[in-house]
Amino acid sequence: MSSTPSAGTIIDIERVEKRFGQVAALKKGIDARIREGEFFSLLGPSGCGKTTLLRMIAGLDDPTVGEIRIDGKPMNGVPANHRPTNMVFQSYAIFPHLNVFENVSYGLRKQRLVKAEVERRVAEALAMVSLSGYEKRASHAMSGGQRQRIALARALVLRPRVLLLDEPLSALDKQLREQMQIELRHLQREVGITFVLVTHDQSEALTMSDRIAVMFEGNIAQLDSPEMLYRRPISKRVASFIGVMNFFPASVTGESAKGVEAEIAGLGPMTVPKQQVPKDVTGREVTAGVRPEMMTLLFDETETAEREVMAEIDDVVYYGDMSYYSLRLPGCEELTTVSMRNTAGRPILKEGGSVRVGWGQESVVLLS
Amino acid sequence: MRQGRWLKVYSLTYLVFIYAPVLLLPIFAFNDSAIVAFPLTGFTTKWFEELWSATVMHEALWNSLYVGIATAVLSTVFGTCAARASTRFDFRGKKAAMGFIMLPLVLPEIIVAVALVVVLVQMGISLSLFAVVLGHVLICTPFSIAILSSAFNNLDLSLEEASLDLGETPFSTFFRVTLPLVAPGIVSSLLISFTISLDEFIIAFFLTGTDPTLPVYIWSQLRFTAKLPGVVSLGSLLLLASLILLLAAEYFRRRANKKAGTEGDGTGGFL
Repeated sequence: MSSTPSAGTIIDIERVEKRFGQVAALKKGIDARIREGEFFSLLGPSGCGKTTLLRMIAGLDDPTVGEIRIDGKPMNGVPANHRPTNMVFQSYAIFPHLNVFENVSYGLRKQRLVKAEVERRVAEALAMVSLSGYEKRASHAMSGGQRQRIALARALVLRPRVLLLDEPLSALDKQLREQMQIELRHLQREVGITFVLVTHDQSEALTMSDRIAVMFEGNIAQLDSPEMLYRRPISKRVASFIGVMNFFPASVTGESAKGVEAEIAGLGPMTVPKQQVPKDVTGREVTAGVRPEMMTLLFDETETAEREVMAEIDDVVYYGDMSYYSLRLPGCEELTTVSMRNTAGRPILKEGGSVRVGWGQESVVLLS
Repeated sequence: MRQGRWLKVYSLTYLVFIYAPVLLLPIFAFNDSAIVAFPLTGFTTKWFEELWSATVMHEALWNSLYVGIATAVLSTVFGTCAARASTRFDFRGKKAAMGFIMLPLVLPEIIVAVALVVVLVQMGISLSLFAVVLGHVLICTPFSIAILSSAFNNLDLSLEEASLDLGETPFSTFFRVTLPLVAPGIVSSLLISFTISLDEFIIAFFLTGTDPTLPVYIWSQLRFTAKLPGVVSLGSLLLLASLILLLAAEYFRRRANKKAGTEGDGTGGFL
């Protein structure tokens, strides 16, 4: 690890560990670089250390070991009020004794601006979150979604280098949450500020982020773009945390220029292209993974696939736009899920029958 | 159904037993006769007029106000510090320390009073109103802590963090966020400890020396039967004042809870 900041890096996290008394929140030193202007997400189940990491970037906690640099400047020992970061708290932390204007202008007092300038910046920030005209409202009279917008405006009005968001959407209902996901993404592009989001919701992370760090038990398991995380997960755990994946026991039989030769239960012998085999997949016994939409049902003779096999239909779940088939593949104990889009003229098969299942080389990844 | 009725009768008897003697005070305060007894003989306000000109009583009142205000301020300051420490930080011996601070709540006052006399005299501090203030702070601080702990507990920790995050120092955060949000709790603590100090007799009696507080004055007057109606009218005024103070304290405590965003009736309420 070199300590010179590479171009475009805004936050440098180096060998960071955190212990609370005897309890280790972040165990093995965490390394990550967050790029200037990107929408970065820390994704993981509760207790994986993602919020701890965010709080250390904010300066609300200090790392036990390691260092965090922002713009190349070491931040250890620099308190939250001296960092170029601002945070949107999970509870929003709207000051209940202040109205909307007083909340949004709270951090501006330190900047010693003239009154007109404060008013202009607050109006600008409120416009950004579509709350213009709400200045005089009492903050406790605002709804959950509005409080969240106030929290956003209050942080953005200070024009931070980095905006930190701690599960900002978890308290909203589903519809509002999906709307806010899109709005947040637009807002981030508009202001061009680096956003670091903490979430346990994989679809939230996938829809909004440029890059995602998937965390388990105080470690970053994989740091990649949403597409790469979904298509090329490096472990079974990452694969099952993000979306749905079928797993097949597999054993490596050899290696060629084209890829890794493997014998996969239910799918037979296959050559898996190199880019679909993560570096740390070693040894003979591995796991092969296939996403439900990466396999297809071949409804009649004219449809073909690179590889195919006959399977029994165990169950069919109809979702309107999609149908999910649970299939029993020969030589495979676990049921395999295949999703099919219900396009015009495509039949929906009944359980109990059998059907040809097709897939190709690109469908399969090997996992550790 | 029958059982329910008996419970009602019981509750009613209970309440009458507790409050009837207290409610008799204002009745006799307006009674014409110099003897505090039924039957009532006529309406008068002369006892109150007499109070107006009783200079010794006025001195006692001023003494009580001095002790009450000093006690309220000191125990609220100590209470704020202790409540904040106990709700925000974890440290060795916290439980023991808090336990010992709260102990005077259940310790017999007469024991506290005797112990204080012994210690203060040993230390060379003469018995005075100042000594009474010390004793009263000892018994009022637990009440302040109980009220303020509830105020601090209801305060969302992330509000203070948000203030730091927005660029304020810990010091100005305390004044811009923490204090305004616990202010109703502080007012409530001031009023409760003032009320307790105003009514307190045993410690005041032991420690007061030559300047009596109001309860000590009242006790001294009880030896003269002729003074009894005056004491009764003074008692009713005190009753009224205490009631107003307690209601005000409860009002501020509820507002504190509401402000901090918790509607529920937290702990630490006395009404």
